Amino acid sequence: MVPITTLHYLVVAAALFVLGVIGVLTRRNVVVVLMSIELILNAVNLNLVAFSRVWGLHGQIFSIFVITDAAAEAAVGLGILIAFFRNKETVNVDEVDLLKW
Amino acid sequence: MLHLALFTIFGAVAVAGAVNLLVQRHPINSALSLIAVMASLSVEYLLLGAEFVAAVQVIVYAGAIMVLFVFVIMLLNAGEEELTRGSRVAILVGIPGVLIGAVLIAWTLVQHSGTGEVAIGALPGRPETIGWLLFHDFLLPFEVTSILVLIAIMGAVVLAGRPVPTSQQPRKEA
Amino acid sequence: MAQYFTGTDYLLSLPVVLLTLFALGILLIDLMLPKQLKWVNAVTAFAGVLFATAGVWRIQAVYAKGAGGYLGRFAFMQSMLVDRFAIYFFYLFLAGTALAILISVRYLEIENEHHGEFYALMLLSVVGMMCMAAGYDIVLIFIGLELMAISTYVLVGFLRRDRRSNEAALKYLLLGAFSSGIFAYGLSLFYGLTGSTNLRAIGNALQHQMMVRNGHADPVAVLALITTATGLLFKIAAVPFHQWAPDAYEGAPTSITGFMSVAVKAAAWAMLLRILVFGLYPLRSVYLPLIIFVSIATMTGANLAALTQNNLKRLLAYSSIAHVGYMLLGLVALASVDYTQPAFYDGFKGILLYLMVYTFMNLGAFAVITSLRNREVIGDEIDDIAGLYFRAPTEAIMMLIFLLSLAGIPPLAGFYGKYFIFLSLIESKHYVLASLAVLYAVFGLYYYMRIANSMLMREPLEKELLPLSWGMRAALGVTAVATVFIGIFPNWFIEAVNWSLGLTQATPIAGLMK
Repeated sequence: MVPITTLHYLVVAAALFVLGVIGVLTRRNVVVVLMSIELILNAVNLNLVAFSRVWGLHGQIFSIFVITDAAAEAAVGLGILIAFFRNKETVNVDEVDLLKW
Repeated sequence: MLHLALFTIFGAVAVAGAVNLLVQRHPINSALSLIAVMASLSVEYLLLGAEFVAAVQVIVYAGAIMVLFVFVIMLLNAGEEELTRGSRVAILVGIPGVLIGAVLIAWTLVQHSGTGEVAIGALPGRPETIGWLLFHDFLLPFEVTSILVLIAIMGAVVLAGRPVPTSQQPRKEA
Repeated sequence: MAQYFTGTDYLLSLPVVLLTLFALGILLIDLMLPKQLKWVNAVTAFAGVLFATAGVWRIQAVYAKGAGGYLGRFAFMQSMLVDRFAIYFFYLFLAGTALAILISVRYLEIENEHHGEFYALMLLSVVGMMCMAAGYDIVLIFIGLELMAISTYVLVGFLRRDRRSNEAALKYLLLGAFSSGIFAYGLSLFYGLTGSTNLRAIGNALQHQMMVRNGHADPVAVLALITTATGLLFKIAAVPFHQWAPDAYEGAPTSITGFMSVAVKAAAWAMLLRILVFGLYPLRSVYLPLIIFVSIATMTGANLAALTQNNLKRLLAYSSIAHVGYMLLGLVALASVDYTQPAFYDGFKGILLYLMVYTFMNLGAFAVITSLRNREVIGDEIDDIAGLYFRAPTEAIMMLIFLLSLAGIPPLAGFYGKYFIFLSLIESKHYVLASLAVLYAVFGLYYYMRIANSMLMREPLEKELLPLSWGMRAALGVTAVATVFIGIFPNWFIEAVNWSLGLTQATPIAGLMK
């Protein structure tokens, strides 16, 4: 039987982080890009909670703040998306083309 | 043994959900797989003894945020995303590049010794202690967070609200 | 039971509390105001800034006096450190915000988007900036950063009917949130390495680990440093993380472009200095090569891209990226020597002075561009400024002063910012970098003179005179006078920077290291 260490959790978090980065870089749909950013923030949270097992509760507190921030970012992001959609009728990143990308 | 089994199952579900999020072409499927990721992460938090964070994860993330996402997907009626040449190039160049990054990150983490074994049970994350910390050590960040949430509400209302029609002439496009 | 929070804590948070109260007040008053009286919101916001300035002044008088006084005070269980460095930045943020409010009023009326939320968001973003500059706990710094960033996203997208504004906000949000995520990942690794969220504890633990490992950094520390630095460099818009800046600057309401290029940028710099110099100082040998590379890339990329721009806001965006490159050179100088060397102070001094000078000259230039906007003309193309001298001579002369100052011509303020940075580079023996920087500064003269040429030599496309509102007049007057004044009497301002670093005291830099 392999004992589970903090490292195991960190590897899962790193995998989620990298998948989130891939999502931001390759997907065209703005909603999916925002979801990939949520994935990155989830990786941060898993890191923090795993470390907080070693060091005490401060990491968990930090993760609660990160969750709140994710909620705020998602709300504003979707608000901007709605305003954008109203003028342009698309949700694809590469059709955000009035300004040079 | 229980710890190993639970960790492996839910860790695998989380990573598989994340992969599925990227592979799915329809945003609603991506949103559903993100919910799976978040739910399985909250089980991982329980294994780490963070009961409160696990509850917040389910209530705020899987509950509130994802409802918002699903709502917006439905509202905008976003359909399937087609691949363009640009996105194919991004996939061809991006994925190998990022995978190299992943291997580097994993290698770095493995290099670092000194992460101890995690026992299941004997949970440190009692809600009282968290509350005490929030209103003591982290009082200022906590209060600032309340402003952050206010801004988010205000921003969403300002941006998504319907603009008042004006008699102004249309502006010249640049 | 012991008393956890004392009057000191509350006094130190006074500016933040005042700004929040005024912002909430604006939101309430706005509901009652008819459309013609929306300028009352601007007056309220301006009063809020004045009250907050008085609060900062009070803190300075009580806790940061000269000899024998304190260099700084911790508040709220060490999550906040209000030292002279923080107070200096508080003043910068408040000055930038006050000027941006002055130039906003008429612009918003023309755009027909004159809402109270605009000013409330500006004040609340200053709250975030103050948390970034005074934060001594990575949780507070992160929350402050997000507070500032999210309010700026909304401000950029404030012109809802304008597609450029929508797009700018969307791009800024996606890249900003992405970089915040990467930044948070780095912070979580630092927490894991050191077991603390306090910058001083993190710095001490890292120092200890470096000693244990014979001066080699832990690989995880390197990974954490790279992700954290990526987030920080994104926020100051250094090449190759600058993609968002020209788009966001071009699409945002012009007064917000000015606000972003001074106050938001100063806050990002305050955070960068707090984290890299105060917290992660033990890792300086690791990040030095990274900063050198980024600063060269930034100067090269931005100066080349600025040459071909025809949109004034975009051109000034690239110019502001180029200025970030020069400021990063100051960081190179201070990270390459020990903190007892003169190059360390001169580099630090250079960055702080540069930020102050930049606040006035750049906001002045944006004020001129804002004034070009009238009912029919968007006024941000280089053609729109053509013949400005014949339409508004005073304004054209002021713009010329700002442009010369941005280019770093000696009798003006911009020169002194560059002077200390080049001095510190020479003191720390980076001769190649110093000559490269001088070369690029000369190069920059070309595109600034392109604007000046269009302004002074070309025939105006529109003949009518340019009306200026009282707010615009005040803002232009203050920025122009400050730009000239700092250039002619630099000593007072250098003294102020010395004061903020505590250089007259026995302890070299307030709050740095043990």
